[in-house]
Amino acid sequence: MATSHATPAAAAHAAPHEDHAHHAPSGFWTNYIFSCDHKVVGIQYGVTALLFLLFGFGLMMMMRWQIANPGQAIPLVGPILEWALGQPAAKGIMSPDLYNSFGAMHGTIMVFLAIVPLLTGAFGNYFVPLQIGAIDMAFPKLNMASFQLYFLGGVVMFTSFFVPGGAAQAGWTSYPPLANAIPTDGQTYWLIGMIFLISSSLLGSANIIATIIQLRAPGMTWMRLPFFVWSQFVAAFLLLLAFPPLEAAGVMQLMDKVFGTSFFLPTGLAVGGELANISGGGSPLLWQHLFWFLAHPEVYVLILPALGIVAEVVANNTRKPIWGYKTLVYSALMLGFISFIVWAHHMYMTGMSTKIATFFQTTTMIISIPSVIILTCLLISLWGGSIRFNTPMLFATAFLPMFAIGGLTGLPLGFNISDIHLHDTYYVIGHFHYVVAPGTIFAIFAGIYYWYPKVTGRHLNEFWGRVHFWGSLIFMNLVFMPMFAQGMGGMLRRMADGGINYLLAPDLLYLNKFIMWAAAGLLLAQIPFIINFFHSIFKGRPAANDNPWNSTTLEWQTPTPPGHGNFLQPVTVYRGPYEYSVPGAPQDYCPQNEPAKA
Amino acid sequence: MQIPYTTEPRPDTGLYNAKVGLWLFLASEVMLFGGMFSAYVLLRVGAPEGLWPRGWLSVPLGTLNTMVLIASSISATMAWAALKLNQFPRYKLYHGITLLLAVLFLGVKAFEYSDKLSHYWIETKSGQFVDGHLVSRTADKVVVHGVQTDNRAVLFDRTRKEYQQLPHTEITVAASDIQRISNYAPKLNTWMGLYWAITGLHALHLIGGILVFGYLWGPGSGMWKRDPARFTNRVEIAGLYWHFVDLVWVFVFPVLYLF
Repeated sequence: MATSHATPAAAAHAAPHEDHAHHAPSGFWTNYIFSCDHKVVGIQYGVTALLFLLFGFGLMMMMRWQIANPGQAIPLVGPILEWALGQPAAKGIMSPDLYNSFGAMHGTIMVFLAIVPLLTGAFGNYFVPLQIGAIDMAFPKLNMASFQLYFLGGVVMFTSFFVPGGAAQAGWTSYPPLANAIPTDGQTYWLIGMIFLISSSLLGSANIIATIIQLRAPGMTWMRLPFFVWSQFVAAFLLLLAFPPLEAAGVMQLMDKVFGTSFFLPTGLAVGGELANISGGGSPLLWQHLFWFLAHPEVYVLILPALGIVAEVVANNTRKPIWGYKTLVYSALMLGFISFIVWAHHMYMTGMSTKIATFFQTTTMIISIPSVIILTCLLISLWGGSIRFNTPMLFATAFLPMFAIGGLTGLPLGFNISDIHLHDTYYVIGHFHYVVAPGTIFAIFAGIYYWYPKVTGRHLNEFWGRVHFWGSLIFMNLVFMPMFAQGMGGMLRRMADGGINYLLAPDLLYLNKFIMWAAAGLLLAQIPFIINFFHSIFKGRPAANDNPWNSTTLEWQTPTPPGHGNFLQPVTVYRGPYEYSVPGAPQDYCPQNEPAKA
Repeated sequence: MQIPYTTEPRPDTGLYNAKVGLWLFLASEVMLFGGMFSAYVLLRVGAPEGLWPRGWLSVPLGTLNTMVLIASSISATMAWAALKLNQFPRYKLYHGITLLLAVLFLGVKAFEYSDKLSHYWIETKSGQFVDGHLVSRTADKVVVHGVQTDNRAVLFDRTRKEYQQLPHTEITVAASDIQRISNYAPKLNTWMGLYWAITGLHALHLIGGILVFGYLWGPGSGMWKRDPARFTNRVEIAGLYWHFVDLVWVFVFPVLYLF
């Protein structure tokens, strides 16, 4: 970092600062690469995670081609794939091994490298300190370290495609003994990458919680926090407490892989027809318990901040307070607690006793109650509002029914009797993609369109935003809706040949081509967004002022973009987060830092 | 512009930032070791009757290390108290003691580890189980000093009389007769894997603590002159962490050494 003082202090950072402890950074490296500023870290997270989102989408496109046209060379990217990966993609045809590793890495990348970092790393980092009136996160250096660990984890995961044997092939769940039996170093890379990502998540989540507890501006009481902050608070607790058991499990699977232990390998395990040279005595179920102890709360990490973003956008664009703010908060807390005791509903088929299955079935039904409460509150919030249907609001309103489809289709999976039929079919894929893709990703888009003017000072193009929205909405449904039909028809997932050799599938195969073309349409629908995203940084319509949406929350009461230290003078909060259309007020919004009239 | 509550506590929470952060970190650490201990429980419950190791570790050495770690926790607290009393030389003394005790713990641990690595378990094709420390190993035979039995349950529970009455002798096993040979590395069985994983993870935490304490004792102690309140806080949260590492050992010791 010898270059850090080579250039004079950037004049752009005109925010006042008189102390030596919290310097405005100077120079390219400290400004953009090794920055401790929460806004820069947020943007770093955001850009990296969006790239991974696109990459994960690309993996899926290639898999959909293989499913629809098994054994045929992939058009356009086939030769590139062969050049990059060699034998597994010989003649541009995807081998079953490659299909498996793309499937495993699509899940891993989307969950751990794209969606969660976008929600907590990008939106959380950028807007939590702003919304609570803080000048930065509580631990700026740890914040930087969190991004760097995340980035390294991403590099390790990406590199694993090119090691002998290719990337991990045992699904994003990495169930042993399969994960150990596949002869590839990719699984080892996966485990090491996960340990980086878990450490990154630990630093990030502890930071967000400590920031919310300690750095709220004077007057920012708990019940004056915007719901987005609450959702980040609960999600950060889930990451903090649910990830470490997976880290422990990751260490144990790594030892199984590297030191020849048998934590997850049972006695008498045979690999390739020969008795494995291990001591045995381990338990594959142990991995599943530790994995799902993380991965179910992780689902709520995926959805809570998304609900938070939607609440912000809905309140702002209906010009009225969120209906049932306290109910939302308590429901989010309930979700957080209960999400720790539902994990084994992923494991009904492991031969667990009916008593245990009944327990987890009951908790699973209970957790749907706060989810429905939150969704209902957001729905009722629309009632009687004079709604502004701009692009963020379109995404936010579409989120509500899409997430509802995802949530309601989860109920048959939560009942162990119907899960016996649906387990491991395309129905499961349809279900959780409805939650995450038209659900969480729509919320992410809503957040991007909503906050873009604050981050860049310019609006995204409204017309192309609408094209992006309608294209995404239509094609998302065309991609995922047929999966319910396939799944209920009994079609299993994870078949590298797309099911041509599967007895139950012939009547459902025509849907494979349909889904592929729908996915291609979804890809096309993202092009306006990608161009819009970069074009608008320089050429977008400038934001009229610091608060173009006439919002109440604190992130809009700052300069645009906020300088180092965020606020021009110390903030004091006088009112709740959503005081829109207050009778008697001079305008239809009352910012949180506006003193009440004497 | 300065981030508030880095040193002085926030009035409504009563805590300064780093303390909140450390408690959160410790909460996640509880879950990390909790994951390890639940693995222990699940594997032990699932093990066949009579084939779960008992008495494989030296209780005197474990007890010694427990005492060492508890003593180091006390001296870490005394070091912080010394700073609160404005007695910097006494802080240096107590934190020095903490460091020495921590290194002593790792020394004992290293001795135990190396003992495990030279300890061998051999299953022969003729159904014999040989267990002992390696004397020599060549291409055609292995010589260990230890015990031999045809009932492996005897070797698993070493608190039983049958095991203690086995004669310790020098035993030679022909290489051609060996079915399986392994030292007491993690791969020997799941219990040994757990032993290495849990104590190894714990030892890594000790090494981390030693690095922090070493910094606060040596190069980092210059902060005492510039900002004594902040330095005292640093020593306090390093101590909190150390108590946690100590507490983990208080669970590790009975689970692995005594049960």
